[in-house]
Amino acid sequence: MSESFPRGVAELSAGLAAGDFSSVELTRHYLARIANHDAAVNAYITVCGERALAQAAAADARRAAGTAGALTGIPYAHKDIFCTRGVRTSCASRMLDNFVAPYDAHVTECLDRAGLVMLGKTNMDEFAMGSSNESSYYGRTCNPWDPGRVPGGSSGGSAAAVAAGLAPLATGTDTGGSIRQPAALCGISGLKPTYGRVSRFGMIAFASSLDQGGPMARSAADLALMLNVMAGFDARDSTSVERPDEDFTAPLANGVDGLRIGIPREYFGAELDPRVGDTVHAALAELERRGARLSEISLASAPLAIPAYYVIAPAECSSNLSRFDGVRYGYRCADPTDLTDLYERSRSEGFGAEVKRRILVGTYALSSGYYDAYYRKAQQVRRLIKEDFARAFDTVDLIAGPTTPAPAFAAGTHVDDPVTMYLSDVYTTAVNLAGLPALSVPAGFLDGLPVGLQLIGNYFDEGRLLATGHALQQVSDAHRAVPPAFA
Amino acid sequence: MEWQPVIGLEVHAQLATQSKIFSGAATAYGAAPNVQACGVDLGLPGVLPVLNAQAVELAVRFGLAIDAEIAPCSVFARKNYFYPDLPKGYQISQYEHPIVGCGHLRITLDERELDIGITRAHLEEDAGKSVHGVVSGRTGIDLNRAGTPLLEIVSEPVMHSAREAVAYMRELHRLVRHLGICDGNMQEGSFRCDANVSLRPAGSDTLGTRTEIKNLNSFRFVERAIEFEIERQRDILEDGGKVVQETRLYDPDKDETRTMRTKEDAHDYRYFPDPDLLPVSVSADDLARIRATLPELPAARIARYVDDYGLGREDAALLVNEPAVAAFFEASLGPLEVPAKAVANWITGEVFGALNRAGLAVDDIPITPAMLNQLVARIGDGTVSGKGAKTVFQAMWSEGGLPDDIIEAQGLKQVSDSGAIDAIVDEVIAANPAQVQDYLAGKEKILGYLVGQAMKASKGKANPAAVSALLVDKLKGD
Repeated sequence: MSESFPRGVAELSAGLAAGDFSSVELTRHYLARIANHDAAVNAYITVCGERALAQAAAADARRAAGTAGALTGIPYAHKDIFCTRGVRTSCASRMLDNFVAPYDAHVTECLDRAGLVMLGKTNMDEFAMGSSNESSYYGRTCNPWDPGRVPGGSSGGSAAAVAAGLAPLATGTDTGGSIRQPAALCGISGLKPTYGRVSRFGMIAFASSLDQGGPMARSAADLALMLNVMAGFDARDSTSVERPDEDFTAPLANGVDGLRIGIPREYFGAELDPRVGDTVHAALAELERRGARLSEISLASAPLAIPAYYVIAPAECSSNLSRFDGVRYGYRCADPTDLTDLYERSRSEGFGAEVKRRILVGTYALSSGYYDAYYRKAQQVRRLIKEDFARAFDTVDLIAGPTTPAPAFAAGTHVDDPVTMYLSDVYTTAVNLAGLPALSVPAGFLDGLPVGLQLIGNYFDEGRLLATGHALQQVSDAHRAVPPAFA
Repeated sequence: MEWQPVIGLEVHAQLATQSKIFSGAATAYGAAPNVQACGVDLGLPGVLPVLNAQAVELAVRFGLAIDAEIAPCSVFARKNYFYPDLPKGYQISQYEHPIVGCGHLRITLDERELDIGITRAHLEEDAGKSVHGVVSGRTGIDLNRAGTPLLEIVSEPVMHSAREAVAYMRELHRLVRHLGICDGNMQEGSFRCDANVSLRPAGSDTLGTRTEIKNLNSFRFVERAIEFEIERQRDILEDGGKVVQETRLYDPDKDETRTMRTKEDAHDYRYFPDPDLLPVSVSADDLARIRATLPELPAARIARYVDDYGLGREDAALLVNEPAVAAFFEASLGPLEVPAKAVANWITGEVFGALNRAGLAVDDIPITPAMLNQLVARIGDGTVSGKGAKTVFQAMWSEGGLPDDIIEAQGLKQVSDSGAIDAIVDEVIAANPAQVQDYLAGKEKILGYLVGQAMKASKGKANPAAVSALLVDKLKGD
């Protein structure tokens, strides 16, 4: 990266404010990096060069007029699951390859209003279903730390873009770990906010009761800046929660002195690569040195999270994805002979294998005669998981553990083994089932690959999560590391 | 064998909200295709439903009116199936937890009162519609109706004849219109029903196999379709056959029902709670507030018309059918004192007739209650004859104006004082000696002829009662 542009958002913001460079210059810089490097990463599905430069020019004008905010003129990468008016919004699916959104998602509007510059739309697992970005219709995204490995998913394009310096900020969505897991595998920071904190309006639904948009960036401090503009009540989303505005940068300086951190023994079981456990413990020891008090806790229902998640998420997706029928928009098969043929072929040809697998699983789980055994039972388990967390938060302020059981795996290794693939979400899905906020921050490296530390907070306690991540990043350099190929 | 028909109705009443149940698009009828369908109604990727609070309010109004339990917490569920006019691939409805629970509706049939149990009523969105024949060889989709709020009202299977079913549906129709929750327009599909029909041996209390007849949108079709279906099932059972559980359609042109889909084709709708919507809570305060706004219910109003105004039940029901008519009737009873029965007759006779001829809805009655009130009063005090009153009515219907002014302007004032008609009566007696002879000989019916002659001579202005009295006086007195 050119010497003249810092990597952190706070520094970029200061540079723009001081007139060291303009947003147009900064945007050109990122567009050039994308042009030079993205072929090796495949982080972007669509790059919006002209549109970005026009937004950058508008941001510069705003700055000249004295109405710029902290993020005005800062470029970002937008996960291709957020509707963006006039721009293809594909969800990395052949089904929506031809879909140009006629409206903006709430998050898109928020970022626009704050004056951010959208560089393009990022690659992802098809309809956010996956943990490796390998199910994308547009080809897999490479992990910037090792191109033979996956970046995680489903927000793998966003994570890789930030890690490779192809955007300073990115949006992600997290249904079962889709922000935290790729953040961990790419060595960046990612926050899954409390369910209801960020409006889902215009975010293409995978599993409505679990989906939550959130920020991805290099540092916790950058996440706080971005969450400031993404969060907020939206009447168009009935599950959006109305709360007083918060400045998430305010608690960053709070530190961790006296903070009670619970470490669930279930998150350090047989499935965990022990060296990942060591790295996580080392990071926690740093927090302890800064005044945090660590204690072991138990989340007894934790082992039930994956089975419950893989009933509820597919059940909701089987219904959410019914609208993609080839009738009104999106992919339609050639020369349908009748209505049934139109449905069958449009959906068979428009959806990839993983999406179809989940639609089938979900359809089965909701079928008459199976509903009680699967869907209703999974909802009961979900309540147990929630209660587990509620009990834990009676005695601790935060819960900490590894984000994933292992660092990034090699591309292709889990493609034919969905169950192993699903297990990479073993520490993340419970958070979505409970609707809690959670942060993944870099904990360190293992054989040159990033390892993530997951911090889980109580409802609407994002401020404390970010402060804790920030405290770690005051003493750790893990989040500043740059993949050698993208220096 | 004696067979007893068992009938239950599922009535769909379109709720009278300005906008759709989960979007801000308008619900008005008759717009060009797809102009009243926004992103939510089109089922675009990423859109979300937001519940229209007014629809909940109207459903609660209905629930209170049928004395039902209102669920403090009801839940929207998705009913999943594929159809081109169902944009999301699911319909948002209520399943395990409907907003309105058990209630009942009292109906009157042949002077008999019956209590019809209502199992539940739930909120749901309507689908769009497929349009055939606009583009040749293709089917068009119009999503204007998609997302229109419906209240599905499910009765217990407790009716035993087509007439009973129709009486129930009429009472329900009267009720929803009175409550102002549905415009009741059946031609536009605002009020329609599915009928479940089965037969069982008389005296049995187990239900036979039922068929469901879909989408009946007139009282006559409900009656005809159920009657046909009872006969069809009776024929099958009498021949020792078995009724097949299926969904049938009524064809009004052929006056028959026919198979639409059998049980084997039945969908598995995979209902589950809609995660995009929060449970709907209705508090005790909400209930009290809504209860306070309930109008007098139609059954009570009919009873009041019978008891207080001496109207016949049928006339009372005819007035109460349309809340606007009932209001017009009540307003026409003053300020001048008039017999309520006469006012009722004018409304069910002349007013309805004129509305029909003009093709107008009751909301568009061009005369005011005050006008009708004055007209009936003028008949009562003898100012105008019945015939003259019809002329006055025509004039005020088409031109407007108060009856007193019209009577004055058109010279319709009836002549009642004997001085003025004395000469006319004398003339008539002189000009009709033969008839006078007949009358005096005992043919009293001939009096009508003589009165008619006098009326003619007076150009209709004489008061026929006064003419008649004077004639009798003069003929018998001599």
